[in-house]
Amino acid sequence: MDLKDKLLSSFLAFENNVDLDHPVHEVRSEAIKTFEEKGFPSKKEEAWKYTSLNNLQKVDFSIFPKEENTLEFRDIKKYFLHEIDTYKIVFIDGVYSSYLSETTHDGVDVCLMSAALTKPQYKPVIDVYFNKVASKDESLTTLNTAFSREGAYIYIPKNKVPKKPIQILHLATGNEAAVMLQPRNLIIAEENAELQVIERHQSLTKNEVFTNSVTEIFAAKDAIVDYYKVQNDANTASLVDNTYISQKDNSVVRVHTFSFGGKLTRNNLNFYQNGERIDSTLKGVTILGEKQHVDHHTLVHHANPNCESHQDYKGIYGEKSTGVFNGKIIVDRIAQKTNAFQQNNNILISDKATINTKPQLEIFADDVKCSHGCTIGQLDEEALFYLRSRGIPKKEATALLMYAFANNVLQSVRIPELKSRINKIIANKLGVRVGFEL
Amino acid sequence: MLEIKNLHASVEDKKILKGINLQVNAGEVHAIMGPNGSGKSTLASVIAGKEEFDIKKGTITLEGEDLEELAPEERAHKGIFMSFQYPVEIPGVSVTNFMKTAINESRKARGLEDMPANQMLKLIREKSNLLEIDRKFLSRSLNEGFSGGEKKRNEIFQMAMMEPKLAILDETDSGLDIDALRIVANGVNKLRGKDNAIIVITHYQRLLEYIVPDFVHVLHDGKIVKSGSKDLALELEEKGYDWIKQEATV
Repeated sequence: MDLKDKLLSSFLAFENNVDLDHPVHEVRSEAIKTFEEKGFPSKKEEAWKYTSLNNLQKVDFSIFPKEENTLEFRDIKKYFLHEIDTYKIVFIDGVYSSYLSETTHDGVDVCLMSAALTKPQYKPVIDVYFNKVASKDESLTTLNTAFSREGAYIYIPKNKVPKKPIQILHLATGNEAAVMLQPRNLIIAEENAELQVIERHQSLTKNEVFTNSVTEIFAAKDAIVDYYKVQNDANTASLVDNTYISQKDNSVVRVHTFSFGGKLTRNNLNFYQNGERIDSTLKGVTILGEKQHVDHHTLVHHANPNCESHQDYKGIYGEKSTGVFNGKIIVDRIAQKTNAFQQNNNILISDKATINTKPQLEIFADDVKCSHGCTIGQLDEEALFYLRSRGIPKKEATALLMYAFANNVLQSVRIPELKSRINKIIANKLGVRVGFEL
Repeated sequence: MLEIKNLHASVEDKKILKGINLQVNAGEVHAIMGPNGSGKSTLASVIAGKEEFDIKKGTITLEGEDLEELAPEERAHKGIFMSFQYPVEIPGVSVTNFMKTAINESRKARGLEDMPANQMLKLIREKSNLLEIDRKFLSRSLNEGFSGGEKKRNEIFQMAMMEPKLAILDETDSGLDIDALRIVANGVNKLRGKDNAIIVITHYQRLLEYIVPDFVHVLHDGKIVKSGSKDLALELEEKGYDWIKQEATV
């Protein structure tokens, strides 16, 4: 049985375990119909030209986790940002681990999607926000919607700021031969609220994992959301991350995506600006080797006047790794005075590595500032000579320049401990010794 | 210390240096002047080991050792330092981290351990004071957003940190106002000693009022056409380069 058929028949079993009378179930039923029609995307579709899910569809994934596995904190500590105090929402093989988590209802809700989708007190919020910005026709998103049951639920009311950053960690133990996970996250920052989230998917064994994740983020007027995705997974773990963001007046949402590992990673990052004077920031650092593959598909839809977007993705590709950057910017006719900036710079350090990069601009307004630049290249010879003339050997100078190239993107990271952690990962990947500042 | 004999160098088959002869001894300061396009910066880059230049003929030796086969970093390890006319901006690497890497790589090449962090900090403090550099400046990305004057001051700060045997200052005075020029020249003068040598490449006599040379050479069309004492610089300031060009053609 191929994966699509297996998923469709699993849906019937899934229905035995959820409340069929809840309005969300209608949404799920619609979604599974759409997925049944569309199936998995194929390479014939323009958006999937460079990323194939064919091999994943041949794997016999287990769709439902059997039972909760227990893990000791000390064994997985390194996957957390443990230098600072944070709220934690931890899942093991898709099942919530209360033992490893630290949630809160103290003025803000940092808890579980399973609670939000079943308990009556969350229903007013779910009615307004659930599946409201996620696509209703993109096949993998509809697949996730159909099976939506568990994930992180974060609700920050008006004028509130959680006491500390929130970490969402999805762990796969490999107890099943191969497992498919479909976390569903809903994150809401009401007017003038602020929050910081770090999300990570981590497989602990060599068994195959396929995660198809959907995250919806709503930033109301004057809200500020910082979202950090740390992708440094095992070489047998694949991830399709579908993130949908809806922003209102004066809100700021910054998403940083750090891609350092995994077998196949597809990031579909979609920003919808539903108000004026909005700031959307999309940054990425990708450093790959072996046969790793990362595909960044971004969309910024400027639908109103006086908004900005800033995109800066840097990639370093070694060995037989492959990268894709496809940055789509839509500026509607009424979205005058839009400032949209997009940069994608790549360095290939192996003859066998490849990158496909494509800006896609659809501009219907006439008074806008849009700039985009895609580069694929070697390091600047003049800079290399400058470093070597100071006694830094060619190999070290090359590494230092690549480090600088990637590190520069971190300036907008607002959690210093995370910044220094990512900085160290970059330095290690490139063989640079750092960690000395005045 | 440095001996250049009949040096011919080209870039992409364009002949730029056409037979340079120059001897620089320890303790000396040499000024190289000349009109635009005469080959001054090329000479500096060839000594520092820039790979786009081909040495067609002649030799460059430092303390008797031929430099031609040495990579730029190996020349730096032997004590050659060039202050760049246009220092490169490197966003993402701080001045401090850059200097730490440069000093420790040079130490490694000489078989020494890394400099201990407290010693490094002390050295940075001492040399940044010498060049009146603000501490905040040192944690900024290398040359990124620096003014012309800050870039040049940062070059001389690096020179002070590296303590080279032979320093080549390529148009260090360009882009400097009079105060910055004084600070930079003061920094350079503090580094003058009987065991090291300095080559000052400049278009104008102005810098040489502060860094007084023992010898002045005039470069024209890839050759040294006249050498003299510091008075030659004054003469050039007064008369321009035309008479030299005429003399050279005759």
